[in-house]
Amino acid sequence: MVVAKVCGIETEYGIHHVGGDGNPVASSSLLVNAYVSDLARAGWDFEDESPGNDARGFAREGSMPPEIETHLVNAVLTNGARYYVDHAHPEFSSPECADPLEAVLYDKAGEEVLRRSMIAVRRTLPEGQSIVVYKNNSDSKGNSYGTHENYLMDRAVPFARIAHLITPHFVTRQIFAGAGKVGSETAGNAGRDITFQISQRAEFFEEEMGLETTLKRPIVNTRDEPHADPQRYRRLHVIVGDANLCEVATFLKVGTTALVLALIEDDAFDGRELTLANPVKAIRQVALDLSLDAPIDLADGRTTTALALQWELFGLARKYAEDRGLECLGDEAVGQQVLLRWEEVLHGLETDPSVVADKVDWAAKLGLLEAYRDRHGLDWDDHRLAAVDLQYHDLRPERSLFARLDTERLVKEQDVLDAVTEPPRRTRAYFRGQCLKRWASSVASANWDSMVFDLGTDPLRRVPMMDPLRGTAEFVEELLDGSSSPAELLARLSA
Amino acid sequence: MAEQEKKRRPATTTREETTTEEAETPAPSPQGEKLKAELDDLLDEIDEVLEENAEEFVRNYVQKGGE
Repeated sequence: MVVAKVCGIETEYGIHHVGGDGNPVASSSLLVNAYVSDLARAGWDFEDESPGNDARGFAREGSMPPEIETHLVNAVLTNGARYYVDHAHPEFSSPECADPLEAVLYDKAGEEVLRRSMIAVRRTLPEGQSIVVYKNNSDSKGNSYGTHENYLMDRAVPFARIAHLITPHFVTRQIFAGAGKVGSETAGNAGRDITFQISQRAEFFEEEMGLETTLKRPIVNTRDEPHADPQRYRRLHVIVGDANLCEVATFLKVGTTALVLALIEDDAFDGRELTLANPVKAIRQVALDLSLDAPIDLADGRTTTALALQWELFGLARKYAEDRGLECLGDEAVGQQVLLRWEEVLHGLETDPSVVADKVDWAAKLGLLEAYRDRHGLDWDDHRLAAVDLQYHDLRPERSLFARLDTERLVKEQDVLDAVTEPPRRTRAYFRGQCLKRWASSVASANWDSMVFDLGTDPLRRVPMMDPLRGTAEFVEELLDGSSSPAELLARLSA
Repeated sequence: MAEQEKKRRPATTTREETTTEEAETPAPSPQGEKLKAELDDLLDEIDEVLEENAEEFVRNYVQKGGE
């Protein structure tokens, strides 16, 4: 049965250290440290990390769980987010959000954190140096880094069923969630004349399912690390998306995925389940098909198209909403907005992608590239077009090309600025963030599902937070307001 | 809504059924002219802010794979 679709987005940002020595780990550390060094924050607690657990109940031979780097800067912020150095990138993991619109808000707050970090780090760098971050997913030379989503799910639903039913959505949602890019960069596309792709990430996917995130990337990631009560919950860790700058694209990426997952949990496919003949082939093919109309082979010998498949999922979702409502998306009105937007954007894409250039990143970028190309009479392999592509994602206001486009906003700028420091109110991120805001010096460390307090007396006290829907303002605001110290808070919690 | 429903393609087709449709070209309109002027301004701005040495800028952007 469906559980509330608590969700979040993790973004690894591209980083370029102008005038630096080319060590991205050091540059990322400088950047994150420059931001967190003056803030109320806590260090990360690695106690419960187990990224090597496989949702299928086994580890496939040759599978490599990701390495955990405990020595690099890793902070929890007062908005409940985690801000740290992951491999060779700065990463902002949003707090747990109650609905897809809140996920957009904290995704934008993450961009603001990175912008402030770029300003803060300037003070620590020698003259002539700067660190610049890009919200994209590839360097156009065959290296990709991720933007991952997370969704709370009912543990009782078999993983194989989730994987089977979500795959068609993961293959085709790129038609509105793709960030677009010039050219291609993987061996699979070598020798083909490719000018533009809908997705930055699609061509990097090589498997249907698996534990890896950096090699042989799978469309469905099997990491089984719920960061919650493992008897009741699963966290679906989604690695197949692009980073979006358009708010409507982020909203739809998260909103439609949450909705299809609700359909899966409530068994609402009504016998209309589609199985793709070859999802890996299809995801790459959809990325290359700017007409959105190329046939995709189904397992039963018929064909569909990316648009038709999205219309099918939309139809099922609308029926689901009529029958059961959309409270499961965290808010009925937000759920209805997901449906409206989904329909609107599919119609737009069907008419002409330029119609949704204010909502969909790849359409926005393609329009920009075509106009720039026309003006200067450029070939598709001209470096200036590659530069336009890259600079679309530059987060510096003075350089960002995205910021110069008139794209539709769903969240207010003041709310984004507030979300840089304030946690969401309707998930456990509220408790995490509020404890840090009030008593950072007494928080020894924190992670997604617990906090460790240091009250100056032995032993350290761990507060488990195994339910993402507890620790909300509704449950703990009075308790926090009524506690004059962390010691009092802990005493009242255990009373 | 009825019109929108009509435009929709069925979720599945056999290969033989797949057809292509002619896209309609919208006639130029005052709104179109305004958009064109805005686009020109935008392209002027891009000319100003785009990294000067595009080739070097793009070449120097090298990332380690992540995740």
